[in-house]
Amino acid sequence: MRRASSVAIGASVLVASIVVGILVGPVHISPSDVLRWAVSFGGATSVSDQDAAILANLRLPRVVVAALVGASLSASGAAYQAVFRNPLADPYLLGAAAGAGLGATISVAFGPSDAFAVTVPLAAFTGAIGGVGLAYSLGRSALGGRSATSLVLGGIAVASFLTAVQTFIQQQRSETLRQVYSWILGRLGTAGWDDVRIALPSVLLAVATLWTVRRLLDVIEVGDLEAESLGLNVGRLRTIVVVAASLATAAAVSVAGLIGFVGIIVPHTVRLLSGTSYRHVLPLSVLFGASFVILVDVLARTVVAPAEIPIGVITAFVGAPFFLLALRRSAGRLT
Amino acid sequence: MGRRLVLLVVSVAVVAAACASDGEAGRESTGPSTGAAFPVTLTTSNGDITIDERPERIISLSPTATEMLFAIGADDQVIAVDDQSNFPPHAPTTELSGFEPNVEAIASYEPDLVVYSTEPGDLGSTLGGLGITTMLLPAATLLDDAYEQLEQLGRATGNAQAATAVVDDMRTEVDSIVSSVEMPQPPLTFYHELDDTYYSVTSQTFIGQLYALVGLDNIADAADDGGGGYPQLSAEYVIRADPDLIFLADTKCCGQSPATVAERPGWNSITAVRGRDVVPLDDDVASRWGPRIVEYLRTIADAVSDVEAEAA
Repeated sequence: MRRASSVAIGASVLVASIVVGILVGPVHISPSDVLRWAVSFGGATSVSDQDAAILANLRLPRVVVAALVGASLSASGAAYQAVFRNPLADPYLLGAAAGAGLGATISVAFGPSDAFAVTVPLAAFTGAIGGVGLAYSLGRSALGGRSATSLVLGGIAVASFLTAVQTFIQQQRSETLRQVYSWILGRLGTAGWDDVRIALPSVLLAVATLWTVRRLLDVIEVGDLEAESLGLNVGRLRTIVVVAASLATAAAVSVAGLIGFVGIIVPHTVRLLSGTSYRHVLPLSVLFGASFVILVDVLARTVVAPAEIPIGVITAFVGAPFFLLALRRSAGRLT
Repeated sequence: MGRRLVLLVVSVAVVAAACASDGEAGRESTGPSTGAAFPVTLTTSNGDITIDERPERIISLSPTATEMLFAIGADDQVIAVDDQSNFPPHAPTTELSGFEPNVEAIASYEPDLVVYSTEPGDLGSTLGGLGITTMLLPAATLLDDAYEQLEQLGRATGNAQAATAVVDDMRTEVDSIVSSVEMPQPPLTFYHELDDTYYSVTSQTFIGQLYALVGLDNIADAADDGGGGYPQLSAEYVIRADPDLIFLADTKCCGQSPATVAERPGWNSITAVRGRDVVPLDDDVASRWGPRIVEYLRTIADAVSDVEAEAA
């Protein structure tokens, strides 16, 4: 009962966020025009071509990309927090951010400059998957086993190494600094339907996978031994979750750059609303995560409109205090 | 691309500070006006410097300073320039970096004068400690700053007369370009693109000021409440502002061209795109404050004339 109503709330919030995302922007388009445009599926003749182009080619894909990114990062964050039994785990924990950063840097430094729109997302995606893959195999081979600790340590080592390589390349090719920097701050300003096409398949596959195993997350969160004694193959489940979450994170990072804190803020807020069971936390993280990033992006393009603020700056601005709050609460609960 | 904007932003602050503290900044305080006379004392952005004799081993860590040095005929005195100095082609480009300067590497050339445009920390004082004279020539905010830097370099290197001639030429050229442009009423609007995430410049910047000279109206001016001079615009805003002209200063960094701009979703409704008034620029020329600004200004003026010719 409680779950049904909270999912309904989450879905309503998402719908409302989408509406706000389409209505609000640096260019004022009256709600009635937007409505006419929407009910005619983009064909309304009473809306100017320019407004129609803004709505169909700029705002709508931007809202969709924001939703995909938010859903991915929040679901991945929630799943990581379960399998690593660490409330402060975020989707970038295992080297996804560092790998994506390196991939993006390499493609900016050495790739053809007229194809960045395609090469940077692909390289970032490959880098994120590669980073996590490296962390995973390092954690397994060098540190032994698939325990949460060895994976996290592997992730830290890989992230430091990849970041060093990235810094080296940037230092050698200083003309790439600005491009890489603006990518690191997170960007939805240039999001288009191409980005939707790049991200959508991975996000759907990954989120569906996490959604399917959400009940098992409650079991694994108790402890490896306890979960094993209940007949759960902990190593395999952790692998599946890490692969799915990394896929979602890589897709998000590839089209939006690094947007911090979403994977922490959203799952923790959801836990405050619906309790700690992943049966609720995961679906609600998907819905609220999508809404959160859509709304933050609305701020990013309106606060200093017509200029933009990098979205990563806003999530960090909101996220850092929230992070401390979450830390205090979880510390209070433990003692 | 990246480096230049960072440099510009940083340097603007430096210039502002220098100007605030010293209204006479950049003026020669002592020394005769003939080029051959040394010692010469100059008031620069990094303080008063005295140059005892004509420098023969100059290092430039600034692409703009490199262009200036070669324009004023200091060719034979320049022994090394930084990795970003790509003009003129025969400048002695090295691995030296003005962005992450390596003091030992610089000192190993045994320079007698090091010219640079951004102070990354304590480059000036460190080199000064090694007995090497340094001259900081930060990014210009006004045309007059650029002229002043040329004149200063002339005095510092013993090429004062040549420098004055270059500046006089530039002033004449700029005047004739500006007077040759018929400024339409209402003014034409334009968008200057720094990179493919829509960073732009306002009229408060050195670059923006050149457009104002030929009577163009900058769409980025309304987007810079913070006054930083380099706002990031959105595609929505550019489309709605509907500029008559688009100038691409991201052809090298980001591979942009009139064709790629026309392919951007929604951009084909912009007047500049429909009228083929998207002007590709050389990123370097459009971000330095050296002698080639004349060439840059002419490109802008020609684009304005083209639009007017189409309208007529």
